[in-house]
Amino acid sequence: MSLELRGISKSFGALLANDSIDLRVETGEIHAILGENGAGKSTLMNIVYGLVAPDKGEILVDDVVKNIKEPSDALASGIGMVHQHFMLVPVFTVAENIVLGHEKSGFAGILDLNEARERIKKVSDQFNFDVNPDDLIEGLPVGVQQRVEIIRALIYDAKVLILDEPTAVLTPQETDDLLKIMKQLKEDGTSIIFITHKLREVKAVADRITIIRRGKVVGTASPDASQNELASLMVGREVELAPDKGAHAIGDVVLKVEGLTIRDAVGRALVNNVNFEVKAGEVLAIAGVQGNGQSEVARSMVNLEEHVEGSIILDGSEVIGKSVRESLHAGIAFVPESRELDGLIGSMAIAENLILDLHDLPPYAKGIQMSPSVVLAEAEKRKEEFDIRLQSVNDPVSSLSGGNKQKVVLARELSRPVKLLVASQPTRGLDVGSIEFVHKRILEERDAGRAVLLFSTELDEVLALADRIAVMYRGEILAIVPSGVTAQELGLLMAGVVHA
Amino acid sequence: MKALSAAERRRRRTLFVMAILAVLSTLIFGLFQKSGQNVTYGFTLDKEWVLIQQWVISSRTASLLFGVISVLASAVAFLQFRAGRTIGLASGIGSAGIMMSFLSWAAAGKFIPFTGLLQGALLLSVPLIFGSMAGVLSERSGVVNIAIEGQLLAGAFVSGVVASLTHSTFLGLVVAPLAGCLISTLLAVFAINFSIDQIILGFVLNVLVYGITDFLYKKLLIPYQSTWNSGPTLAAIKIPLLWKIPIVGPILFDQSIIVYLMYGVIFFINFSLFKTKWGLRTRAVGEHPTAADSVGIKVNRLRFMNVMIAGMVAGLGGAYFTVGGVGAFNKEMTAGKGFIALAALIFGRWTPWGAVSAALLFGFADNLQSVLGIIGTPIPSEFMLMVPYLATVIAVTGFVGRVRAPAADGTPYKRGESH
Repeated sequence: MSLELRGISKSFGALLANDSIDLRVETGEIHAILGENGAGKSTLMNIVYGLVAPDKGEILVDDVVKNIKEPSDALASGIGMVHQHFMLVPVFTVAENIVLGHEKSGFAGILDLNEARERIKKVSDQFNFDVNPDDLIEGLPVGVQQRVEIIRALIYDAKVLILDEPTAVLTPQETDDLLKIMKQLKEDGTSIIFITHKLREVKAVADRITIIRRGKVVGTASPDASQNELASLMVGREVELAPDKGAHAIGDVVLKVEGLTIRDAVGRALVNNVNFEVKAGEVLAIAGVQGNGQSEVARSMVNLEEHVEGSIILDGSEVIGKSVRESLHAGIAFVPESRELDGLIGSMAIAENLILDLHDLPPYAKGIQMSPSVVLAEAEKRKEEFDIRLQSVNDPVSSLSGGNKQKVVLARELSRPVKLLVASQPTRGLDVGSIEFVHKRILEERDAGRAVLLFSTELDEVLALADRIAVMYRGEILAIVPSGVTAQELGLLMAGVVHA
Repeated sequence: MKALSAAERRRRRTLFVMAILAVLSTLIFGLFQKSGQNVTYGFTLDKEWVLIQQWVISSRTASLLFGVISVLASAVAFLQFRAGRTIGLASGIGSAGIMMSFLSWAAAGKFIPFTGLLQGALLLSVPLIFGSMAGVLSERSGVVNIAIEGQLLAGAFVSGVVASLTHSTFLGLVVAPLAGCLISTLLAVFAINFSIDQIILGFVLNVLVYGITDFLYKKLLIPYQSTWNSGPTLAAIKIPLLWKIPIVGPILFDQSIIVYLMYGVIFFINFSLFKTKWGLRTRAVGEHPTAADSVGIKVNRLRFMNVMIAGMVAGLGGAYFTVGGVGAFNKEMTAGKGFIALAALIFGRWTPWGAVSAALLFGFADNLQSVLGIIGTPIPSEFMLMVPYLATVIAVTGFVGRVRAPAADGTPYKRGESH
């Protein structure tokens, strides 16, 4: 089945999210739509799926104009979508989620899930999905939940499958599995629209690539194009994908972690006897699949974890037992894993977020009174320094894009005297341009003689930035390897395989 | 030893508390009680078949007996827990044993109409059950219903007045759900269509109904009492044969039509919520409305409908105060029962049977305190009144179990906003 979009336009207030977009997806093709965050990819797909009404334009399925006003119209036309945030009810079983909206009932209106169970098993077996219809969604790994979404689309006869940033939440292994599944589906005759900003994945599976920038189609490319070409089209200027790691001098040990054990409320060890040290002018990356204890280690650096044993020595003095504030003021810059949840207060102004850590100290406050003019002046200064793109520093920080939010966090954390930068998943969900900025900034800190502790699940990021790489697996550090390691070796270590 | 899940640790903690209480009640009510006084339990109310007329036993012996039963039940429950089996029956017997041990001590030298105690408990639970069913309906689909109290009161007022004007209990029963529905429709319009904060809105609606009924009561019902406020009441209907079953019969099957309607409402809601298409969709819009929308379910329409039905259920419950009870409407006669229904809903973890059990427990505690107050006991009966609320606080703070509301409860749904 082919899908064609003609002159789709949509504006939200003054923002033109889609500007007369034309697009054609052929039968049995994997068509990648590449664009930065905020380029209008998701809006376009929500229009196709009937969740957003376009201002102008038409949607053609097999060259026939379709009137898609509701998701149910899209489904009826053979268009299925796997959303970035899964559309699954966590407390329902797989089968219940799949029948939702298409329920069959028998005697006295009693729901009949048997037919659904059989169809789920059939699809699951066909593609080796390993999905059990009676499992509860909330107990399933993210990768499996995604397969449930794919099964749902297939069961309702989707001939065009939209995958919206499907790899954003997946581990490297799960990503590889998904790419394989996409190829299988394509061989089966399904057309796939693959929305992403990850160049490696596009090159791996796409047949054709359409690049969208600021709501417009700016070009098409074949998967043979180099990553640099694609990135330049996407961002609109030359970008440096692999940052230049210059020569630098490594100094004394800044951070020494010994016997670090972190337990949960029940007493189970989430992190078990972890030892490492970071020297001045060095990036130590802690790599690992999400959920192997890295988040807890990162949070323990500024005492955000309870039930911590062992020692964390920063420049000769113990960190454990200090308050969060004392840890920060001892010279730790902390970029938390979730900038929205832990890094920023969304409803407060950008200027206020920039001085959250020092708001009660001079020059931002005199006694109990804040000094708004000083705060504003400081915000304007940091805006320039960190290239934060904003309308006004008085706007709520939630109005910013992901990249600019992260710049606010960095601007705040790096404006104190810093000995150690702890950055947890610093580029998660960011576009290429922002990733470039964050990477450069991290390396600048390293070159200025600070110790950097980087937590990342992204192989490419770890390989690009780290001087040494520690791999965490099930709460323990499996190995610490030099940066020359290959992606394959690193991938194996992250999966818990230690080779002789 | 293998690590226990949070739910298992919680159950173990509950068991632990039950065992301590069992031992304590055996000691305090049993061993340390002076002997010599008898307690008498009465088991007949009417002309049902008699299994046992009454039971006279030494208070100390009874307390000891029930205490030991509860200790044994606790031990069995613990063994079952260790073996990984369900502990429902054993812990039920254990708690009942503790209760009886206490009762035998408190009523030393007195007569306890046992069947009457339970029958009264059921009657006091009726508005709570209707209210909590209304809560289940609306909150399971994602709309917080603080306005249960207002819906009960509106139902009570309108059914009382209509029954009085028309001299028809039937018409009184018919209009009560409509009155409740009117209030809940207001809730639905403002909460769903205008995304007003549902807690504040519910509270305001309660105050509104209090105000309107107070005003009309003072200006209309008191001055013209004989026409406006002297309605007939429903008679109890004995279900043939069933009512004759000893103990159970008079409690369950010698009630007014409202109570029988209540049985139907409970079974129907429980069945529909977990077995039908409507139930699946209702739970889906309460948990993850965006997901429901993406598969073509009209989220806000379903919520609107459920909130309206909830109002009807609560309104019918309101009729219990007037045509189902004393006939005449009285100022603010629901007296906070709507809020207790809300507590039962939370205590029952948003499930129909959980809410019914909690409501029955609250009704029992309420009736126990009045019975103990009448016969005169060593402890102040007001203390008993505290128990249900204490239990709710404990339940909500997560001691008995982590109470998890439907994930989208209280969150208005607008397409395009992230969930």
